[in-house]
Amino acid sequence: MNFDDTPQEAAFRAEAQTFLNANATLKVDAPPRKETEDEHIVRARAWQKLKSENGWACLSWPKEYGGRDAQPMELIIWGQEESRYDVPVGPYAIGLGMCGPTMIAYASEEHKAQRLPRMSAGEDIWCQLFSEPSAGSDLANLRTRCERDGDDWIINGQKIWTSGAHYCDWGILVTRSDPTVAKHKGLTFFFLDMKSPGVEVRPIKQISGDANFNEVYFTDVRIPDHQRLGAVGDGWKVSLTTLMNERLAVGDAGGSDVPHLMELLAKVDIDGTPALENASVREKVANWYCQMSGLQNTKYRVMSALSSGKTPGPESSITKVISANKMLDIGSFGIDLMDMGGILVDREGDEMNSRLFQGSFMGGPGYRIAGGTDEVLRNIIAERVLGLPQDVRVDKGIPFNEVAQGSS
Amino acid sequence: MNFEFSDEQNLLREQVQKFLREQCPPEKVRAVLDDVEMSHDAGLWQSIVDLGWTGVSIPEQYGGVGLGYLELCVIAEELGRSLAPTPYASSVYLATEALLLYGSEAQKQNYLPRLAAGEIVGTFAMAEGRRAPRPENLATKLRDGKISGQKLPVPDGDIANFAVVLVRDEKASSLVIVDLASEGVQRAAVETLDPTRSQARLDFTNAACEPLGDAGEGWQQAQRLFDRAAVLFAFEQVGGAQASLEMARSYAMERYAFGRPIASFQAIKHKLADMYISSTLARSNCYYGAWALSTDAPELALAAATARVTATQAYDECAKENIQTHGGMGFTWEFDCHMYFRRAKALAVNLGGLTGWQDRLVSALESTPPQEA
Repeated sequence: MNFDDTPQEAAFRAEAQTFLNANATLKVDAPPRKETEDEHIVRARAWQKLKSENGWACLSWPKEYGGRDAQPMELIIWGQEESRYDVPVGPYAIGLGMCGPTMIAYASEEHKAQRLPRMSAGEDIWCQLFSEPSAGSDLANLRTRCERDGDDWIINGQKIWTSGAHYCDWGILVTRSDPTVAKHKGLTFFFLDMKSPGVEVRPIKQISGDANFNEVYFTDVRIPDHQRLGAVGDGWKVSLTTLMNERLAVGDAGGSDVPHLMELLAKVDIDGTPALENASVREKVANWYCQMSGLQNTKYRVMSALSSGKTPGPESSITKVISANKMLDIGSFGIDLMDMGGILVDREGDEMNSRLFQGSFMGGPGYRIAGGTDEVLRNIIAERVLGLPQDVRVDKGIPFNEVAQGSS
Repeated sequence: MNFEFSDEQNLLREQVQKFLREQCPPEKVRAVLDDVEMSHDAGLWQSIVDLGWTGVSIPEQYGGVGLGYLELCVIAEELGRSLAPTPYASSVYLATEALLLYGSEAQKQNYLPRLAAGEIVGTFAMAEGRRAPRPENLATKLRDGKISGQKLPVPDGDIANFAVVLVRDEKASSLVIVDLASEGVQRAAVETLDPTRSQARLDFTNAACEPLGDAGEGWQQAQRLFDRAAVLFAFEQVGGAQASLEMARSYAMERYAFGRPIASFQAIKHKLADMYISSTLARSNCYYGAWALSTDAPELALAAATARVTATQAYDECAKENIQTHGGMGFTWEFDCHMYFRRAKALAVNLGGLTGWQDRLVSALESTPPQEA
């Protein structure tokens, strides 16, 4: 066992570091930023463009579409290196991680040639229009209708939780083409220009006060048939391609973790005694460290498999359910440690790093839900890893328009 | 990046698994559980000796097979999975390891070849009853080169030929080796929660001993030994946790209630998913421990405590929830669930309890601040 790169991996890492050093600042050296979302998007577009011009965009994509034909291990090494730098990558995560691979799998050659290089070069930002008010964990229960009209389809309905829809240029969309068949069978998949007439985006304010997600309303929106991905009625199959890539894209939640907690513990007392001498504190730190280390070492196992050309096992399926709860709980505990002042929001100086703990506390509940709830993820582990039976489905085989529907 | 066991090590795992499936089925464990006179399975122990597993970590110059700690981790996991009722852990992870770490050249030449050949069994004696030992409260005393006092419980102390004993003189603690057949040593098997690995009470009355390692350094030496043993026991714990999960899974698939397998109910599915999550965290941390042990890394204390805490928690959860998944049959003597439940608890305290290891983990973190992932 060792943690060393192979000579090829080391060369790739050195090349990545050279580019990053020349064009970006390490997070540890970067001053805190205060910028609006618009400013953030401008900066993100510029960074994506620069990466693309230098061969560092969409590493796993084919070269002809603006990628690099890189190996999975190279993708991980790039991710490790890029994440050490103060660069804006968030706005592109869904487009490049989920929409792009779906387009590669299902779009026509002409569309791929037209759309993918623009995506890779940062000219277009993409979003994913999947969830609906009554279709979350049960995504296939979606109601947004598509109806054929000559060479076009006409879309009516509503999507929700669409990250970044308010600044996105293009989106992928799953809709219901036939409500008279069972729910998974009547779906059809498209991509569309978000500036199409009839598309209306309304931001959703979250409990954190941020508005990263949107409701998207469709009123008689026309999509040409050549923008359909997959056959009519095959939309579920296409969605699974997207979701498979989502599981690769949504990993560790980030946020407050043991290193931040240790820094805070060095600054606070409990009843006049340094907090880290408190037995209850020590037990919590030990348990969270075991989780943090366990996830890190699980990642090393996956990397190790990729590095030797093997398919990783299912072990990374545990990542999100552990990391989302850890982030929330450490955030909550950080607030506790600041005692009566823990609820104070400090927008200027912040020696206790309170914004990080508060942000994790207020953001954590969302991470437990986004990209598969804790409960759905446990079902996935039970069914796909342990091979347990699927849940009993009372709507199985029943035409969608006869399935009982509660409130949204 | 190479954070998996090698093909050769996985081949060894297959051989060990096959051997233990055939030679150590649950009935053999149960035989030791049911017969109070039986300390271990002597036939199984002899076969393990014949296979050379007792010499895995011993260099060839001392009669071992000169493999390494990763191979030992592989064997440990399978011994844990099969609940093997043998003195392997006491003799290999503790006594052999103590000699490798602290033995003089003469001591190594004297003991290691016989340990490798299975001619003698060793153990480590630290506990003195129901309180956590501390360097200042040890009641087993070293005076004029002889020791007096009581050690309880001592793993496999009823069958071991010698014990490495932690003792104290007026000033400090030391490790000594005691021949358990010598004058002034009395021993008796004691009843414990897990009869499938025997434990004993050792009474010393002016028993002869020879020093092991540096006089006055006994406590520190024992801690370092425990860091190394913790990784190996963590592999046993992960093996046992995995076996408990597999047992719960098969039962949940076969058992029907309300017209369907109980494995189709989310309450059971999520319970088994949680068992998978905790045993996966434990396994990954064990791999880190294995790396630290096999390379003698400076992070060993942190890696060992992390593996130990995670594996203890995983085995505790999996053994307990395996009983729960089995319903009423799970807490009968007839079903095997309790053999894992017993072993989980015995392993959870054998190097000191969970709370102490959590504390140790944080102490290691204080001296090696964690990095952001």
